[in-house]
Amino acid sequence: MSVDKDTVNKIARLSRIAISDAEADKMVGELNGILAWVEQLGEVDVTGVEPMTAVIPNKLRLRDDVVTDGDVREKVLANAPAREGSFFGVPKVIE
Amino acid sequence: MSEYRIQGNTGEWEVVIGLEVHAQVTSNAKLFSGASAAYGGEPNSHVSLVDAAMPGMLPVPNRECLRQAVRTGMAINAQINRWSRFDRKNYFYADLPQGYQISQLYHPIVGEGEIEVTLNEKDPDSPTKKIGIERIHVEQDAGKLMHDQHPTMSFVDLNRSGVALMEIVSRPDMRSPQEAGAYLKKLRSILRYVGSCDGNMEQGSMRADVNVSVRKPGGPLGTRTETKNVNSIRFMMQAIEYEAQRQIDLIESGGEVVQETRLFDPNKMETRSMRSKEDAHDYRYFPDPDLLPVELDDAFLEECRESLPELPDAKRKRYEGMGLSAYNAAVLTAEAETAFWFEDLLGHGVDPKQGSNWLLSELFGALNKLGKSLDESPVNPAQAAELLGLVADGTISGSIAKQVFEIMLETGQGAAAIVEERGLKQTNDTGAIEAEIAKIMAANEDKVVEYRSGKDKLFGFFVGQTMKAMQGKANPQVINELLKKVLDV
Repeated sequence: MSVDKDTVNKIARLSRIAISDAEADKMVGELNGILAWVEQLGEVDVTGVEPMTAVIPNKLRLRDDVVTDGDVREKVLANAPAREGSFFGVPKVIE
Repeated sequence: MSEYRIQGNTGEWEVVIGLEVHAQVTSNAKLFSGASAAYGGEPNSHVSLVDAAMPGMLPVPNRECLRQAVRTGMAINAQINRWSRFDRKNYFYADLPQGYQISQLYHPIVGEGEIEVTLNEKDPDSPTKKIGIERIHVEQDAGKLMHDQHPTMSFVDLNRSGVALMEIVSRPDMRSPQEAGAYLKKLRSILRYVGSCDGNMEQGSMRADVNVSVRKPGGPLGTRTETKNVNSIRFMMQAIEYEAQRQIDLIESGGEVVQETRLFDPNKMETRSMRSKEDAHDYRYFPDPDLLPVELDDAFLEECRESLPELPDAKRKRYEGMGLSAYNAAVLTAEAETAFWFEDLLGHGVDPKQGSNWLLSELFGALNKLGKSLDESPVNPAQAAELLGLVADGTISGSIAKQVFEIMLETGQGAAAIVEERGLKQTNDTGAIEAEIAKIMAANEDKVVEYRSGKDKLFGFFVGQTMKAMQGKANPQVINELLKKVLDV
């Protein structure tokens, strides 16, 4: 598996990361290097092996349906680039 | 079911419909945090640092939300997956602080099931159809955006962010707006019985994405469009009608349907393309590394199954078995609250037939006039049972019961007290009735002659006159018997 420059530009756009043309060229090489390295795993035959989801035996913990959090509006809004009253303010987005 | 066809210039067209319904899970707290899931609230107050996606915050699933999804799955006879997993659906939007929605793409918690619908639920002979359910998965809701409060900014309220939703995906098994409407109604009824969603479409606890395509009957499937976030059954049916006609006009004039997302505008009664975000549909799903797989054990599944209530179809059959008409049984079971009210009434010793007839005609009629729902009924089942008990044991007649009920609605008094206070008790005192009958016969000698010479219909006249003289308080059966005795000599 490898990526070309178009793919790199597309991933950058989807991730909202601005990259220059030169950076995109450089990124193609770097990403392909990473992909090739990870692809070495393909050499191992994993037929019949269950995908591992945790390195130590571990079960998902669930919470009870009780309200234990919230009401921390000032903390939630503390780092907002803009706020209006109790709301976050963002550049106008309209469909 | 009856075949729904749209006549175009090139012949008949068939409509193919599938629905993705988002139903908000009834829970106290959110899907992955301990913040309140309650509707409303001051902006950004039902928000924890997890819901605001602050760095380092980790999701911990709410057991109740998973339980409700499983119970819903069981109610539609679906396959329950003991092993499921959460995935990240990646996209950027101002109402989604994480930059991804935690959802279940590859391994949903509930698999294939089905729902049986009927076009006219009140007609027992109306044909039924099974609509396939492909899956139910659990996911987070997004926040709310407001666009009209400021000239250059949109406002964001994260109160809904992270609230648990079930996405219930149907097969493209529906063929008319009516079938889609019947499906949505039945689904809502089941959710309310199960208690997994309040089904309130106005508040947005239930909304539908509507997939529509058209084809020549029996032909290959056409390209579909998806109309997003339709929030009433009526709007959904209108959106389907509009969208089907638009696609037919487009194809017949040489165009091609584009697979796209559309919005329904209920004011203009039309759907519009949402254009924008072309590659926004590249969601780059992958398993959420913050969450281990969901594994359900026997005890959990057992509890889910045992806590399921009797569902509408089973309840309807049981009511029919109690001697209720198919119509009454269907109307009583269509909404959970009606069935529960009715059963409360039976719990107070009311006869099923008497109780169902009274509930559907007298009580519903009164509520209709008052503009109230059953939840807001001024008379509760215990009070109603007291009234019906007085009719059943012959203390008052049916027509007096109507008067008493009206007084109950006005004054809030109990039925027995009203009857006592106003002297409305039915009398079986044959002496008093016979005395009135004698007077009436004396005053209407001509009619007595006519009756005796064969004009049977006059019997009703004598019953009416006697009842009137008794001010409605005589037992009609006793009147009948006494009249027959003296008239039919």
